[in-house]
Amino acid sequence: MRSRDLAELAGRNLREALLRNALTTLGIAVGVASLVAMLSLGAGLQELVNKRLTHSGLFDKIFVTSYQNLRALGRPTPQADPGDRESRLLDDTARQQIKRLANVAEVYPEIRFLTEVEYAGRKHLTTVVAVPASARLSDAFEGMQGTFFSGPEADQAILQMDFARELISQPAALLGDQLLLRYAEREPLEPAKGSAAGTDSGEFAADFGLGFAVVRRQRSLRIVGIVETDPGAGPAGFNRGRVFIPLPLAERLRVVQMTDLRNIMRSPSAGAVVNYSTLVVRVDNPKQVAAVEDAVKHMGFMTFSLLDMTRNLHRLFAILDLFLGIFGSLALAVASLSIINTLVMAILERRREIGILKALGAADGDVRQLFFAEAGAMGLVGGALGVAMGWTIGRLINLGTNIYLRRQGLPSENIWWVPWWLVLGAVGFAVLVSLLAGIYPAARAARLDPVQALRYE
Amino acid sequence: MPVSDGAAIRSQRVSRHYAMGTALIRAVDEVTLEVHAGEFLALLGSSGSGKSTLLNLMAGLDRPTSGTIFANGRDLAQMDSEELARHRCQTVGMVFQAFNLLPRMTLEENVELPLRLAEVERSKRASRVCDALERVHLGARLRHRPGELSGGEQQRAALARALVNQPKILLADEPTGNLDSRTGEEILGLLREINHSLRMTIVMVTHEHALAARFAHRIVTLVDGRLAEDAR
Repeated sequence: MRSRDLAELAGRNLREALLRNALTTLGIAVGVASLVAMLSLGAGLQELVNKRLTHSGLFDKIFVTSYQNLRALGRPTPQADPGDRESRLLDDTARQQIKRLANVAEVYPEIRFLTEVEYAGRKHLTTVVAVPASARLSDAFEGMQGTFFSGPEADQAILQMDFARELISQPAALLGDQLLLRYAEREPLEPAKGSAAGTDSGEFAADFGLGFAVVRRQRSLRIVGIVETDPGAGPAGFNRGRVFIPLPLAERLRVVQMTDLRNIMRSPSAGAVVNYSTLVVRVDNPKQVAAVEDAVKHMGFMTFSLLDMTRNLHRLFAILDLFLGIFGSLALAVASLSIINTLVMAILERRREIGILKALGAADGDVRQLFFAEAGAMGLVGGALGVAMGWTIGRLINLGTNIYLRRQGLPSENIWWVPWWLVLGAVGFAVLVSLLAGIYPAARAARLDPVQALRYE
Repeated sequence: MPVSDGAAIRSQRVSRHYAMGTALIRAVDEVTLEVHAGEFLALLGSSGSGKSTLLNLMAGLDRPTSGTIFANGRDLAQMDSEELARHRCQTVGMVFQAFNLLPRMTLEENVELPLRLAEVERSKRASRVCDALERVHLGARLRHRPGELSGGEQQRAALARALVNQPKILLADEPTGNLDSRTGEEILGLLREINHSLRMTIVMVTHEHALAARFAHRIVTLVDGRLAEDAR
C-alpha cells in the first residue's frame, strides 16, 4: 500500500476510536512533557552556568608564560643551554605568532604592577591592572557605577570598590575626580641619549648601560567607574587589582616589569629586549581553548587555562542530564504500555475488519504497517503536544522562579531553556517509543488468520 | 501440473483437514475439480459440507493440507503470503454472505479500498469506482454508508467492490444467504449478467438448489468434504 493511503487509513482508524486514542496520545504527551521539562531544566541550568563562566572572562582565556621565567637566576642563557631549544622568550614576535593562530580573538600582555597613587593629597600603595576593551562585556563591569573607559588610550581609571572606600567614605563621589598615578617607566635608550626630555613629568633617569633607562613619572587619571571585583582576576588573583586603566594606555606607559629586572640579572645585554611576563590569549569560544592551548604549547611556551574546571563541570551536567532524562522517561515508558493496550484493544475490535482487508488483498505487511502508522501517528501527535506542554511547564517554572528571585532582591535568571535538539529529540523519541510499543500489536494483527477473522462477530 | 487451456481454476486431490482435539476434521477431502474460464459454477451442499472451505482455498485465504490448486495458471499452494495477497487483490474478487462492508466508510470509500491495496494511481480511482457502482446500479449512492442501505443494496455494493480491480474470477460465498428471495434473485441476476457481459468466471457457494439450477451453468455438490455430484 502507498504511504499516503496508509496515512489516510491510519488517520481514519484513529478518528474512529477518538476518545480512546486521544487519551493514549495524551498519555504520551504527558510523558514527553515530563521529559522535556526535566531536560530543559538541566539544559537551562547548564546554559546559565556556561553563560556566567563565559562572561566571567576566565574560561575563554589562556595565560602564556615562558619556561625561562621559572628558571633560577644565574643559570646559563637559553642560547647556551642545548636543553633549552624549546624555551622561547615571550616577546613581540611570539605575541604576533600567537595572534595568527586560528580561533584567537586577541593577545595582550598582562600588565599588573605595584605602584603609588595619590588622591586628595594622600598616597596609597596599590596594584594597577591594565584592562583590554573586550573586558567591557565581562560580568565584573555588569552593574558597575559610572562608565567604562571612553577610549583605548583615555587617561581614565576605574577603581575597585574596596579601594574606593579606602579613599573616601562615599565612593560614588569619586566619579569625575582626578587620581595621580606614579610609576617607573622603562625608556629605551638611543645611542648617547640618557635624558628624560619630552616625557610628561620626568624627575629622574638612570642608565646603567642596560639598554634602557628607568624614569620616574606620574600621570593624572580621571576616575570614571567603580567595580566590585577585579575583572582580570584569575591565576594572578592573589595580587588583586585595585586600580584599572585601559590596556593600550598601559602599554604606552612602558612601566618597568618584573621580567625587565630578571633579564638584567641574567645578562646585562638581555635588558635591551622587551619581553612579557605573561601574555593573555583570548579565544573566540571556550570550546576552542584546548586546541589553541596545544598550539601555543607546541610553540614552546607554558600555558594555563581553567579548561579542566569546565571539563569537570560538563561531566557533572552530563550526569545530571542523564538522571533527569531517566526520570523524565519513566512517564513515557508508562505511556508506551498504554499504546500497547490501545492497539491490542483495536485488534480485538477490528478483527473482522482485518479479515476483510486481507480478503480484499492486504498482505501481512500492509496490516503491520497500518498498525505501525497508527502507533507512529499517536507518538508524533503526542510528542508535539508534549513538547508544547513541557515548554509551557518550563515557562511557568521560570516565571515562578523569577518572581521569587525578584522578591529576594536578586536579578532575574533564565533557568529553563528548550534547545532545538530537545524539541526534535523529544518528538523523535516519542515516535520511536510508540513504534517500539506497536511492534507486538502490529505483529499480532499481521498474523491473524483471515478465515478466522472473517468468522469473528 | 499446469492448468489446461480454458481452465480458470483446477484442483487436484486437494484436501483441507483440521485437528479438533484428538479428532481430525476433513473439511475438504481430495477434491479434484476444474472450473472453466467464463463458467458460472455453483458449489452446492449442506452446512458443513466443505463448500466454503473449498472456496477459501480457491481465494487463497486458506492453504490446502495436501493436493494442488491452480488459479490462473499458478499453484496457490506454492505461493508465499505476499503472492497470495496479490492473488486475492488482482486475480479474484470476493463476495460474502454478510456483505462485509466497512460500516464507517461510504460506498465510494469501500469500493476504493481494493484499489488502494492494488496501488492503483489516484487519478484513475474515481472513474473505476463510479463504473463499478454504476454496473450494480448504485451510481447515485456514492456518499451513503452501508447502514443507510438495504441488504440487497449492500450486497450490490460488495459486488462492486469485488469487481473494481477487474478480476478474472469472482468467488461468492452464499451471496443470497442474508437476503429475501426476491432480492436474492436480483443479485443472482446481476451475477449472471456480469458472467455474460464480462465473461468472468464465477464460483458461487449456495445451499439453494433451485436458485443454483436457474442461474448457474454447472452445479457441483459436496457431501462431507467430498465431491458427490458434478452436473451441467
